[in-house]
Amino acid sequence: MIGVTQDRDAATAAFARLWEKTPSGGRSWVDRVRTEAMARFSQLGFPTTRDEEWKKTSVAPIARSDFRLPEPAPVPASVDADSLERLTFRSEGCAVMVFINGSFAPTLSRTGPLPEGVRAGSLAAACETAREVVEPHLSRYATSDGHAFTALNTAFLRDGAFIYVPDGCVVPRPIHVVFVTIAPETADGAPVLMLSPRVLVVAGRAAEMTLVESYASAGPGRYFTNAVTEMAIGRDASVDHYKLQREADEAWHVAVQQAHLEGTARLASHSISLGGGLVRNESNVVLAVEGAQCALNGLYLAGGRQHVDNHTLIDHVKPGCVSREVYKGVLDGRARGVFNGKVIVRPLAARTDSKQANRNLLLSDEALVDTKPELQIFNNDVKCTHAAAIGQLDETAIFYLRSRGLGREAARSILIHAFVSEIIGGIKVAPLRGSLEALMMARLPEPLPAGMEVSP
Amino acid sequence: MLDIRNLHATAGGKPILRGINLKLRPGEVHAIMGPNGSGKSTLAHVLAGRDGFEVTKGEVLYQGRDLLAMAPEERAREGVFLAFQYPVEIPGVSNMYLLKAGLNAIRRHQGLSELDAMDFLALVKEKMALVEMDQSFMNRSVNEGFSGGEKKRNEIFQMAVLDPKLAVLDETDSGLDIDALRVVAGGVNALRNKDRSMLVITHYQRLLDYIVPDFVHVLAGGRIVKSGGKELALELEKLGYSWLEEPAQAPRPVSP
Repeated sequence: MIGVTQDRDAATAAFARLWEKTPSGGRSWVDRVRTEAMARFSQLGFPTTRDEEWKKTSVAPIARSDFRLPEPAPVPASVDADSLERLTFRSEGCAVMVFINGSFAPTLSRTGPLPEGVRAGSLAAACETAREVVEPHLSRYATSDGHAFTALNTAFLRDGAFIYVPDGCVVPRPIHVVFVTIAPETADGAPVLMLSPRVLVVAGRAAEMTLVESYASAGPGRYFTNAVTEMAIGRDASVDHYKLQREADEAWHVAVQQAHLEGTARLASHSISLGGGLVRNESNVVLAVEGAQCALNGLYLAGGRQHVDNHTLIDHVKPGCVSREVYKGVLDGRARGVFNGKVIVRPLAARTDSKQANRNLLLSDEALVDTKPELQIFNNDVKCTHAAAIGQLDETAIFYLRSRGLGREAARSILIHAFVSEIIGGIKVAPLRGSLEALMMARLPEPLPAGMEVSP
Repeated sequence: MLDIRNLHATAGGKPILRGINLKLRPGEVHAIMGPNGSGKSTLAHVLAGRDGFEVTKGEVLYQGRDLLAMAPEERAREGVFLAFQYPVEIPGVSNMYLLKAGLNAIRRHQGLSELDAMDFLALVKEKMALVEMDQSFMNRSVNEGFSGGEKKRNEIFQMAVLDPKLAVLDETDSGLDIDALRVVAGGVNALRNKDRSMLVITHYQRLLDYIVPDFVHVLAGGRIVKSGGKELALELEKLGYSWLEEPAQAPRPVSP
């Protein structure tokens, strides 16, 4: 026990030293937020597998590591619009904001004309120029109180994306926020690059928008992305949200996404997790006012020795809210998957309607998944269902396809594709859907015969 | 076309087929009848190449080649078709896609060009009419949410599109009401020709009122115990199967 405490103290002390060195940026109100978060992180320390929420995912490699922060540097010539497309998708028709190693890169970004009053730009800049709309929201939903990684992100907050859509405004084009990491080779034991990207979305009353977040790496290497996304979604507003995680194979990716929904607001969020060595995605939604609705969809593909953990929390606070959740995973090699889907129905939340499903396909004998639905219901007038499944490809279905002339590997590919197409088919941003299709196809045992694409 | 010689097979180590001999010439329709557990479905699955069955003795020649040495997809590409007793539901894969991918795999194997979307659609429309299937079925997932009758019609429709040389129909009549049976049998009859052979496996004589076979064989205890013309089916209908099982199983009365 003493050893563990010492390790914890050593880790937080190292972060405190690193933190001392970070430039403050001169924004006193933000510095106050950062200072409080640093203090909170020092108290909390990193979670261990003895913490209920982290039972199946050890962050010991992160806790043991030394970190360094990105140096301000010009954007390398190798990163241009073409290479960004390869790392993300052809986001033609989207407003694009690019961040290289955490810093906004205006030369690579093209937000184009946006409706009047809409802001889509650097969070650091907005902290200076639009304090009145940033301060009431920043760190108010994803608070540092009980979450070490959120506290750490806030403590090291430097830049990120700020998106503000005023009341009644419909943003016709998706807004694509791209975080690209360029991590140089890191020798074993040398400090690892840590990035703390932050996204803050404020959607006003009856606003409508689509946000895509991409996390990608320009090359292989180990680094640590510790991301936080906050979304404040006003009454009657509608937000479609997509997260595409394509980090480098060795990267550590911890991301917390926190959405707060007012009355009859609607959020449809899709989390697609493809890369990373150690991955933890948290998606938390508070249905704070009567009639709010959310749909959380997730897809995780993992192979090799990847560890991918998805934790979701849907908090039904008020009556008549609806939540839908479908997470699907495909695990191969020695990959490990974790799904924990918590749904809380508070005493006031009568007429709650909640459905959750997590389905996993294991393609190898050594892949492993832990799935746990967790319902906490404090009201009797509710409709809540959950389902969890772990299985392998259906041999009877494989035989059926083979008996119609398809080879064994083609049959397997068709069935894997059919399994994931439910999630991919739900993606409304056509180029993102097309790109995921292509990525998916490339991972199948055998290319599919033509005509299998998910129809638009 | 098909020559089954002294075929012995086990399922899970248990002997099921105990020496089947059967010869189908091109264009012939043979019916195999028999009580439950006589090995009818095992025979169908062994011919289609399903895992879980082990051939312990004998051989099967298909167009002079060793059928048992071929993978299931190779058999399909060579023109063998199995209509399943329990067609499999495959969510997320459309009927259209399965058939197009299957047909083109077969055509490639046979050295034919792949059909494009237009030609394929024309072929599908023509064949759907055979089993009175609605075109909306094509965009639905394979057998998902289909009624029993729709599933069986879908099997015959697939057979019509894939155009096999040898079709094995495994209890295609089970679970069908009389109207569905008539439609399914009508589809099968339309596909009869001088080159295509069929092996129709059934428990009941009823199906054979509609699909009139050239030969009827009675399977019991893993062997063909009697063969004859179509009138044998009627005889079985009258007498039932109990008289057949005795020589195969020979249960001895226990003395008090």
